[in-house]
Amino acid sequence: MENQANNNLLEVTALKTWIDTEGGIIHAVDGVSFNIRPGETLAILGESGCGKSLTALSILQLIPKPAGRIVSGKVMFSGENLLEKSEQDMREIRGRRIAMIFQEPQSSLNPVMTIGQQIKEVIPDRKNKSSVEINKDIVGLLDSVGMSDSVRRINEYPHQLSGGMKQRAMIAMALASKPDILIADEPTTALDVTIQSQILNLLARLKKENNMSILLITHDLGVVSQMADRVILMYAGEVVEDADAVSFFDAPRHPYAQKLFLSIPDRSKRKKKLDIIPGIVPTYAGDYQGCRFSERCDKAWDLCFQERPQWRAQEKNGVRCHLYNNTLEPQETSDKNIEQGLITADEKQDKAETLLDVKQLKVHFPIHKGIFRRVVGHVKAVDGISLKIGRGRTVAIVGESGCGKTTAGKAILQLIKPSSGEVIYDGARLTKITGEELRQLRKNFQIIFQDPYASLNPRMLVGESIAEGLHALKLESSKAAIQTRVKKLLTQVGMPVDSYGRYPHEFSGGQRQRISIARALAVSPDLIVCDEPTSALDVSVQAQILNLLNDLQNELSLSYLFITHDISVVEYLAHEVAVMYLGRIVEFGTAADILDNPLHPYTQALLSAVPVISKTGNTGYKGDSQVLLAGDIPSPSKPPAGCHFHVRCPQATEICRQQYPAETKTGDSHTVFCHLFESDEQH
Amino acid sequence: MIAYIIRRLLYAIPILIGINLLTFTLFFMVNSPDDMARVHLGVKRVTTEAIEAWKTDRGYDKPLLYNYKESGIKSFSNTIFFQHTVRLFVLDFGRADDGRDIGRDIRQRMWPSLAIAVPTFIVGILLNITFAMLLAFFRGTYVDVWGVVLSVAMMSISIMFYIILGQLIMSKLWHLLPISGYDSGLRALKFLILPVIIGVVSGIGAGSRLYRTFYLEEINKDYVRTARAKGLSSLQVLFKHVLRNAMVPILTGVVAIIPLLFMGSLVMESFFGIPGLGSYTIDAINQQDFAIVRAMVFLGSILYIFGLVLTDISYTLVDPRVRLE
Ligand SMILES: Nc1ncnc2c1ncn2[C@@H]1O[C@H](COP(=O)(O)OP(=O)(O)OP(=O)(O)O)[C@@H](O)[C@H]1O
Ligand code: SF4
Ligand code: SF4
Ligand SMILES: [Mg+2]
Repeated sequence: MENQANNNLLEVTALKTWIDTEGGIIHAVDGVSFNIRPGETLAILGESGCGKSLTALSILQLIPKPAGRIVSGKVMFSGENLLEKSEQDMREIRGRRIAMIFQEPQSSLNPVMTIGQQIKEVIPDRKNKSSVEINKDIVGLLDSVGMSDSVRRINEYPHQLSGGMKQRAMIAMALASKPDILIADEPTTALDVTIQSQILNLLARLKKENNMSILLITHDLGVVSQMADRVILMYAGEVVEDADAVSFFDAPRHPYAQKLFLSIPDRSKRKKKLDIIPGIVPTYAGDYQGCRFSERCDKAWDLCFQERPQWRAQEKNGVRCHLYNNTLEPQETSDKNIEQGLITADEKQDKAETLLDVKQLKVHFPIHKGIFRRVVGHVKAVDGISLKIGRGRTVAIVGESGCGKTTAGKAILQLIKPSSGEVIYDGARLTKITGEELRQLRKNFQIIFQDPYASLNPRMLVGESIAEGLHALKLESSKAAIQTRVKKLLTQVGMPVDSYGRYPHEFSGGQRQRISIARALAVSPDLIVCDEPTSALDVSVQAQILNLLNDLQNELSLSYLFITHDISVVEYLAHEVAVMYLGRIVEFGTAADILDNPLHPYTQALLSAVPVISKTGNTGYKGDSQVLLAGDIPSPSKPPAGCHFHVRCPQATEICRQQYPAETKTGDSHTVFCHLFESDEQH
Repeated sequence: MIAYIIRRLLYAIPILIGINLLTFTLFFMVNSPDDMARVHLGVKRVTTEAIEAWKTDRGYDKPLLYNYKESGIKSFSNTIFFQHTVRLFVLDFGRADDGRDIGRDIRQRMWPSLAIAVPTFIVGILLNITFAMLLAFFRGTYVDVWGVVLSVAMMSISIMFYIILGQLIMSKLWHLLPISGYDSGLRALKFLILPVIIGVVSGIGAGSRLYRTFYLEEINKDYVRTARAKGLSSLQVLFKHVLRNAMVPILTGVVAIIPLLFMGSLVMESFFGIPGLGSYTIDAINQQDFAIVRAMVFLGSILYIFGLVLTDISYTLVDPRVRLE
């Protein structure tokens, strides 16, 4: 790593960036070194808080002031150390030679300036150009990043653009001066997968056209696999592995890297226990004695706790772990004991008794207008969905943002009043009953939310939060009985019993999600609606939660309605899958039906947009075989006429523009709403 | 947006009726016309006849809400409630208890009030914005720390202190400006300078501290990082990006008080002897002239509601994300 031939574009050496907080100094970036070569995509991979963003921000001296400071290190770029440059001189680098785009396109654009005004600021040589010329440049930039209606967008404000378009505008801004390096900090994390694949494809294209390098920061192994030439893996402020993408995906060296691969859910691990990394990412990267990963590493031995491992490098690849000597002796990989757990025929035929039956459920939110707040239309958030969940089964609802997943989940549990349709739970018509009767039934179905931070009352002890349902439904009479029950629940979800008397803020995201699960379990429900329960969590922590949900299902024969946008989670645990698009289910079937034989063009595109982790092949962009969907997800307040999907569907025909397709059964368990599959008799 | 404004103005009607009923209850039910007459006539010389004469004179002899002696519409209109409060809705303020035309008084006295309030307001805001921006620009340095300390000190000191100190230095010691008083036309100018200066100075502490927090809130946002990553200078970032966003809370907060400038300042006007609406109100309270107090309370509520509507409208002007529906 140190002795590279000097064709490096950027060399970062022993960079240390510290953050002063009330709790002490955080050594957020603690001796990071890496190089970027011309035309290369280098991915920085790592879980939340490991210092990826701060590393990137340090390169441009953009770290948050005054809390942050760059303590030492070198950032060499075209023969100069960027860290020694003044604020004044850095302006010549920022945006011109090294540009940067950020994770949240919504908050990263100025809300009160138009897109045009914001791009104009970076048009090179704009002092000598007329406003007509500048406008032409802006339109040209917007066109080059594939912005639709580029002329109109100039006068629009960020909030008028969808997430994907905002990110395109950011990219346009970053590319205005044809930088040598583009730093992309989680550029697609806030976007839906079909939009993510558009943006990744765009980045790959622009990189090739402009022959620039990309420093891609991400926590998503799939994205790394799809984009990267090289990978550096960070853990607790350190680089623990630096490798070319092929060897990284083929045989990762660092135990942390190996564990990461094992903990991501996918179909090969279906219903098997996911290998977890116990514990959480350490947040305070202060005084470490030995290896920073030692607390969580199952290969650790005495030395690991006593001595910091040296950086071992050979040629371009390197690793920081005591298991390796100077020549990076090959390690047995831990792939060995994974049994392939593919979706079996058994599972398919398992006809469980129906627990929940949803019929033509609709939730329409009125849109008001005018002096007297007349209702002028409806947002059809959920527009007639039907599905059944069997006892002990998991049905997943997948779909992109705004398709109505969460609303559907809430309406099923009667947390929102449905506009029409029926929900029958174990024989009881939930949509007809109210008051006390509904309250009594509520104990049978519970919900877990996406954000474990927001869903627990910060001023209530964990024990009280869990016991709340027991009190409300008078399930347990004596105080002592409740305490015993709550403590048993805590053990069941893998939390220490003494969590009872502590407050939610004392726990990590994963632990809080466990507490939410314990709270849901307290009233012994049969059905739990899980609304994106793991999407706010790191992969290693996500695996812990998925394992827990799996165990609980086996133990208690729970049914899950699993709401998610993450296909790998679906592959891992769903029995049946419903694919939603703009308020309606477009395809329904068993996991095998949907994942192995997707019929609806939307399902096909959705599945193909998910970046896969490939162990073979070359480095660099691998998304060329994806079905790229054009355009954005339309607003549910005015869905396109006919088949809602026709504006983006590569196979749309005349009839698709006019008529919504009828339900077509293509197999025992497989239904699809698409004109391509309607047989003639149905017309 | 027009629809929104109309709806907001319609909402204002029940609020004003409520305020009206409330002031009516306070003034006439709690404090009956008989009591008022006794206060005005002085406890010693009160006779039943004198009270009745005083009441008849001012129309307080009528029933409160409903007149059984009249028929039709008159049974409502020939009452104290109608005569004294419903007419406020058409801005007919009637006569003060000492017989003067309140409407004319208001029209006359609002000018001195505005002459002090408007310059204080404009100069104050410009100074506050500038100081706040300076503090934000030097955030984390000693300039910022001491600036904040000074602001807190300045806002903790009572307005009385500023007034007395100002009068002492400018008038008593240096004889630059008159201590108090007023004059007509341009000659009023020299009487205005001191109150305006004191008004501005006494507001700087609170104002710049508040605006500083608006700036700092914006400065830590993601779009500022983007602007810096684009290679803009600190000043460009501050003026083109941060200022515009911070102006959203500043402007909307400021707009709300514009209509209330009419009401004048109670303290300043009475200390400096300015014949404005503020001292008018204070005098009326001292003399227990309820007709005037009632009129001023009602006027204040109208202006307040007007200010709220203006705030909403100003939001749509400065923040493109806000659309009034
Ligand atoms: N402004 C700040 N004030 C205090 N601590 C901070 C600040 N910015 C970052 N940190 C801390 O520095 C560490 C590294 O942060 P950084 O943003 O680089 O992480 P990251 O790897 O990008 O994580 P993520 O994947 O969540 O974006 C974290 O522990 C974080 O809490
Ligand atoms: S040094 Fe030891 S603890 Fe650290 S990763 Fe290697 S084996 Fe595990
Ligand atoms: S109905 Fe037509 S537009 Fe809709 S998914 Fe099928 S082919 Fe595409
Ligand atoms: Mg980050």
